[in-house]
Amino acid sequence: MSIREELENVVPAKLAVDRVSKRFFTGRSGEVHALDAVSLQVNVGGFLCLVGPSGCGKSTLLNIIAGLEKPDSGQVLADGKPITEPGRDRMVMFQEPALFPWLDVMGNVLFGLKLKPGLNAEERREVAEFYLKLVGLERFRHATIHQLSGGMKQRVALARALAPNPRVLLMDEPFASLDALTREQLYRDIQNIWATRKKTIVFVTHNVREAACLGNRVILFSPHPGRIREEFKIDLERPRDINSAQLASYSTEIMRALKGYVTPEVAE
Amino acid sequence: MKRFILSALFFIALLAIWHLLVLAKVWSVVLLPDPISVLEYLKGAVGDGTLLQASLVTMRRLLAGYVIGIAAGLPLGLLTARFKFCEDTLGVLALGLQTLPSVCWVPLALLWFGQTETAMLFVVIMGTLWSVIIATDNGVRNVPPIFARAARTMGSRGLHTWFNVILPASLPFIVSGMKQGWAFAWRSLMAAEIYVTILTGFGLGYLLHYGRELNAMDQVIGVMLVIVVIGLLADKIVFAPCERFLHRRWGTARA
Repeated sequence: MSIREELENVVPAKLAVDRVSKRFFTGRSGEVHALDAVSLQVNVGGFLCLVGPSGCGKSTLLNIIAGLEKPDSGQVLADGKPITEPGRDRMVMFQEPALFPWLDVMGNVLFGLKLKPGLNAEERREVAEFYLKLVGLERFRHATIHQLSGGMKQRVALARALAPNPRVLLMDEPFASLDALTREQLYRDIQNIWATRKKTIVFVTHNVREAACLGNRVILFSPHPGRIREEFKIDLERPRDINSAQLASYSTEIMRALKGYVTPEVAE
Repeated sequence: MKRFILSALFFIALLAIWHLLVLAKVWSVVLLPDPISVLEYLKGAVGDGTLLQASLVTMRRLLAGYVIGIAAGLPLGLLTARFKFCEDTLGVLALGLQTLPSVCWVPLALLWFGQTETAMLFVVIMGTLWSVIIATDNGVRNVPPIFARAARTMGSRGLHTWFNVILPASLPFIVSGMKQGWAFAWRSLMAAEIYVTILTGFGLGYLLHYGRELNAMDQVIGVMLVIVVIGLLADKIVFAPCERFLHRRWGTARA
């Protein structure tokens, strides 16, 4: 049955960022060198976190991987194929939920599914139900968006991003505006989903602790121009608790490194 | 229910004050007729069918012009929002003509089309079109860019994005533009019907004009009441449900 295939077909992708550079021209203040020949790899099913101070190009890199922006030079390969535009194989979660208020919860999750060929209306509904259940919102399928709390909105956004069954999930500070308790629950959920749905995840954040909690690897960026500074491997059991002491030692290490790159800038 | 009673009491009080003013003979009865005589007129006009006939003529003109105005205004507003060239040409034209009270089209319409239904239609369209263009344009420009970005990542492109994201996202602006267009169309049509007698159909404006000619103040006030009631009904039946829906969805409703 095709719906089983659809739900069980979980194939993460491999990403390769190859010497990507990007500059922005911002009116009077001139030029921002957002990314300078950045190269990195994400393994099949990897969970990579990008951290760094604002302006270090981490969100720009995410947008380039998403295909929402084009690099000035260099390229990004997903499973060996160069990325030229957004695609259903790479879904994005933004800092804002970016849900459509004219649709209810179900309608939002169905939006991407309707654009995916090969499923009929009933199958789409079943797939949407599956992901709503996965994020724990099946009881809210007919709720309007503004009735939901911030955390629930991000859960809907997560279900919407997962629904077309992408190989890559790109997350741009999706939990930044949520309260601490909601965030902790979502850390558990996202680790769980990563393990069961087998996605390759690139997660951008400025919260070092969050990065250490979620990522298998954490890459530290420095700004002006945006470059990779250091890479950290996080060898901790999952599911990880953001409050654990071992995790704290990792995040202290990353934080120390981060300060090292930021302080000279400030002193200038 | 309590709100309804308060509302009803308010209007009964208004009628009572009116009636008392007439009884006190503050003004001549020719200038301010008794509410009862206005009611008598309305009863008679409803009875012999003139009022219904006139309302139908007016509504037919209004709806025809309004529908055409919206059908043309929506796509044109999308064009001015999408293309710089349209914004600099049509957009500026719409902005300019929107400031022109639509009554000002009446002389031109008469010279171009004579005393015909086309002249009426033209005036109503001119009243509707520009505000719909501007509201649509404004609505599209106020759509958060993140909606279009999110839609693109899900595989939406081109026309699909326009019809499934941009257009619904700008609905609140479009509906308020349609409401404004309705008010403008209604006003301009009344003015046109008062100034211009068209033999193919006597609308409410004509009844008003005719009442003045005959010094029939009960008719003048009666027709004014009908015009007010039609305006209120349009708001309550057509626009209020749309706005309620939008408020519910967008979460802008008052608690």
